[in-house]
Amino acid sequence: MSEFKQTFNSSLGKKLIMALTGLFLCTFLIVHLGGNLLLFRDDDGFGFNMYANFLTHFPPIEVIAYLLYLSILVHAVYALILTIKNRKARPVSYASVNKSPATWSSKNMGLLGSILLLFIVIHMSDFWFAYKYSHKVAYKEYRTDLATDKTTSVDYVPTSPNFEKSVTTENNIEVVRVKDLHARVAQSFSNVLYVIFYVIAMFAVSFHLLHGFQSAFRTLGWVHRKYTPVVYFIGTWLFAVIIPIGFAAMPVVYLIQSLNK
Amino acid sequence: MSTGNMNLTLKVWRQKNAETKGAFVTYKAEGISPDMSFLEMLDVVNESLILKNEEPIHFDHDCREGICGMCSLYINGHPHGPKNAITTCQLHMRTFHDGEIIVIEPWRAAAFPVVKDLAVDRSAFDRIQQAGGFVSVNTGVTIDANAIPIPKVIADEAFNSATCIGCGACVAACKNASAMLFVSAKVTQLGMLPQGQTERYSRVQAMVAQMDEEGFGNCTNTGACEAECPKEIKMTNISRMNNDYFSAKLFREEATHEHASGE
Repeated sequence: MSEFKQTFNSSLGKKLIMALTGLFLCTFLIVHLGGNLLLFRDDDGFGFNMYANFLTHFPPIEVIAYLLYLSILVHAVYALILTIKNRKARPVSYASVNKSPATWSSKNMGLLGSILLLFIVIHMSDFWFAYKYSHKVAYKEYRTDLATDKTTSVDYVPTSPNFEKSVTTENNIEVVRVKDLHARVAQSFSNVLYVIFYVIAMFAVSFHLLHGFQSAFRTLGWVHRKYTPVVYFIGTWLFAVIIPIGFAAMPVVYLIQSLNK
Repeated sequence: MSTGNMNLTLKVWRQKNAETKGAFVTYKAEGISPDMSFLEMLDVVNESLILKNEEPIHFDHDCREGICGMCSLYINGHPHGPKNAITTCQLHMRTFHDGEIIVIEPWRAAAFPVVKDLAVDRSAFDRIQQAGGFVSVNTGVTIDANAIPIPKVIADEAFNSATCIGCGACVAACKNASAMLFVSAKVTQLGMLPQGQTERYSRVQAMVAQMDEEGFGNCTNTGACEAECPKEIKMTNISRMNNDYFSAKLFREEATHEHASGE
């Protein structure tokens, strides 16, 4: 066995892989939330649809996206391998309930992670797959009057099924035709059960990262009296509070809007 | 807390050897003084078993003053019982109340097979220690202990790690039966001090490799080990071990560079 393989096959090597993929996924959440805040703009999805088009057509983003999918798979597979090994390490379990103090989230990372994996599969098939590989997403045409900067939108049916995006300017009016992912989002988020599932998944994100973020730093060996409190602060407030609330707000707000229509 | 003598019900794990399956057997412990230690209470029960011509309950013990690391016992869901920072031999019966049911189990880990009843084989720890938990020194004249200056914080940290008695409570408490608190305490104790520098990076690799070979689980940083350790070994040791290990694997030289050939 090569030295490289031996390192990553060791217990600490597997934990290192969990920590690094986990932290990479954490950084993605910040970008994903930031971009998706465009959903809150009252522009009939113009900004959001342009952003979705940009993400799927900008090569560097594509590369990072595939790294991301790989990270999700590796994180899940290694979690499974480690869990099986951990179960094997205690073949006969205790009769009395383990009363050793430990946080709830730290003891249920596997459960929380499984919820998240299920969520990611559903989430990606509904939006990412539908957007990129199916013709389920309709199109919209945005007409912006460059003199007044007013934008109006109408549904658009392209002549070719593989149409992606067009930008033309005529008579001082900019016409943008683009895939309308926003409409699909709005439609999905008008379903109460779907919204409840999203909110539950965001609770899972919260508790998973409440333990996971700081645990990754511990695993990497980056623990110090001076900066460990900062890691805990970021892990708690940014990753376990602000980000999950930000994401959960999207389906909730869209559901309320759909009920008011 | 009780003052008068207590009557207790014990549910004790009885297992003939590693090959046979074990089961709980219920015993009455009567007239137990609250001032007895937990092990003395078991001695009393064993006396009564011997008088009845029954096999006494086997459990590990040695110094009975909390420094040898021999006693174990998983008592009511806690290694070394419900109190913090003590071993089972230091646990007094006044911690329990009259009439209480006490469940007593051995450490549960694949790497700690049951020898008999409550006694488990912890030689896995010995093998980890032998893999690298030492400092090689030349024989000859004794070097003055104060010849090498060591910062107080380093000496204190190393000493805190060195208080590990290798009892295995960390493995017993861990939901993954991981031995990383033990191994990291040994790695840190030696790796922080100047005398341990020479073998610092080979030590951590050898000890982690042996730990993996013994079949212990993997740390998920739940912190149960730290909470249950009778010597209050801190989880920061685990991070330090990881740091040394990754540093050893990624950045340290293990062989001299060879001259570039073919040019």
